[in-house]
Amino acid sequence: MSDSPESMTAPTPVVSLDDKLALVKRKFAKDSHIEVDQALFRQDTLKAVLFVCPAKVYELNEETGECLVNFENCLECGTCQVAAREYVKWDNPQGGFGVSYALG
Amino acid sequence: MSEEKFDCIVVGAGPSGIAAALTLARAGLEVVVLERGEYPGAKNLFGGILFTTILNRLVPEFWKEAPVERHVVGRRFSFLSEDSELAVDFASGKFDSPPYNNSFIVLRSRFDRWFAGQAEAAGVEIYPEIVVDDFIRTGGRVTGILARGEGGEHDELHADAVICAEGANSLLAEKSGLRKPMTPGNRLVAVKEIIRLPREVVEDRFHLEGDQGTAYEFFGEAVKGMVGSGFIYTNRDSISVGVGCTVEDFLEKQISPNDLLEQFKAHPRVRALVRGGEVVEYSTHMLPEDSYDELPEMVGDGLILVGDSAGLINASIYHEVTNLAMASGVFAAEAVIEAKQKGDFSKAALQAYRNKLEESFVLKDMFHFRHVVHFLKSHKQFLNEYPDLFIELMVDYFTVSETTKPEVRKQVFRKFRRRVKLIPFLRDLWAARGAMV
Ligand SMILES: Cc1cc2nc3c(=O)[nH]c(=O)nc-3n(C[C@H](O)[C@H](O)[C@H](O)COP(=O)(O)OP(=O)(O)OC[C@H]3O[C@@H](n4cnc5c(N)ncnc54)[C@H](O)[C@@H]3O)c2cc1C
Ligand code: SF4
Repeated sequence: MSDSPESMTAPTPVVSLDDKLALVKRKFAKDSHIEVDQALFRQDTLKAVLFVCPAKVYELNEETGECLVNFENCLECGTCQVAAREYVKWDNPQGGFGVSYALG
Repeated sequence: MSEEKFDCIVVGAGPSGIAAALTLARAGLEVVVLERGEYPGAKNLFGGILFTTILNRLVPEFWKEAPVERHVVGRRFSFLSEDSELAVDFASGKFDSPPYNNSFIVLRSRFDRWFAGQAEAAGVEIYPEIVVDDFIRTGGRVTGILARGEGGEHDELHADAVICAEGANSLLAEKSGLRKPMTPGNRLVAVKEIIRLPREVVEDRFHLEGDQGTAYEFFGEAVKGMVGSGFIYTNRDSISVGVGCTVEDFLEKQISPNDLLEQFKAHPRVRALVRGGEVVEYSTHMLPEDSYDELPEMVGDGLILVGDSAGLINASIYHEVTNLAMASGVFAAEAVIEAKQKGDFSKAALQAYRNKLEESFVLKDMFHFRHVVHFLKSHKQFLNEYPDLFIELMVDYFTVSETTKPEVRKQVFRKFRRRVKLIPFLRDLWAARGAMV
């Protein structure tokens, strides 16, 4: 093995999701490109968007039962709308806004 | 830009859209590409391997100038169980010289930008930072697009034909009525990290020399037995590490894609490959998983869907999706060029596109592998129980002891017979052969 000794014992690189999001260049639009129908969200038992979104855009407000939408985090995969079309309306952000990957 | 009329508008500057635009411009047509990203490639990522039989025809010997990371000499497929791995590893020196088996590892934000530059040099107008929100219809036929302006109002742009190359998040294709809604069953979602490692470490760890690259794909416990896989691709001085599974399975397991990725990276067989690296980018994207029988219509009056938005995939271990995307772009362009010669952009005239796809490897292979996805969804034992059992048997088989080897083999065989019912197992194998081979 020609790995250097440090790299043999080096840890698995683990980065928190917040730090991962900070690695991606994003240009924030003023308005959200995501709308959640709160009444239907409340009725939904699975609340899939809370775990299926890879960028933690959706958060449950435990007190009000409302779905908070941190649209600035969005990496624009589109999964939330596919998973929960009943209560999520997702649109492309305004041109030039949102994520710009440097590597991809 | 409202008064202008183009021969063709292409929506999206990914591989399919740019292949279409380049082909159209070289035939002398006036073509514009609208891209929502800050630049072509800004919103794009993949594993991945760019498959290039079509690209090499569009830009001969592109590897001399395109931003490629490495050419691919090997593929490795493995099943993981909780702490073990069973792999098939293949590499060949035959792929070490031009055209390098038409497989190159690239980073999409760099590659797409370069490819778009080729189209621009051929006379294509490319406008980034423009979102197309819908099509314009005149008498039921698509005659242009609506581009979103600053204040929410729309600019109209007209053309004889529109090629929709918007990718896997197929919002426009849905609006066109040509495709049924995307569902958790026909979309995968993937997350990926680019992990920086010194070039020598990449080469030593993955047994590479010079510009050689390789692709590892992991099934089974790597993705908790879901339909999908984990992957590692070697870039020049980094590796791309990710997982992708059907949205349906994420919903069933109620696991977040990012958590799945972290569990994958922490697997004892994977952590040895990623250790010591620095995460430099995190990204996510969907992939289509439409089977041949569920493909959208692809052609309407004045409108053609290409690439991921047409659901063109190869759901086998070959993948080769980017090659399908570029092929579809070229075929769509050819159909538009023929339509222009006839002055007929109707659905019937543009149907030449679908015929070209059917007659080529694109839909022939898709037809051949049409049962793979359904098979895996209905035979998940191939993604968890069977690989787990085989790995367990391998462990028994290779465990050093003073039991005689014939006795060890007998024990292994007995365990196998105890754990699987022979007739259903043989029927499963037969079904797998039918669907996958
Ligand atoms: C994680 C992952 C791994 C993969 N690995 C591989 C691999 O190893 N090999 C392989 O061959 N394939 C792989 N693929 C598949 C491959 O990336 C796609 O098949 C390919 O990118 C499809 O090309 P496309 O041009 O159809 O779409 P895309 O590349 O997605 O391009 C679509 C473009 O349209 C733009 N756009 C979308 N909507 C609009 C709009 N309304 N207005 C303006 N612009 C818009 C987007 O910004 C984008 O630039 C992978 C995919 C993923 C997600
Ligand atoms: S598009 Fe993707 S990243 Fe954005 S909110 Fe939806 S699931 Fe999350």
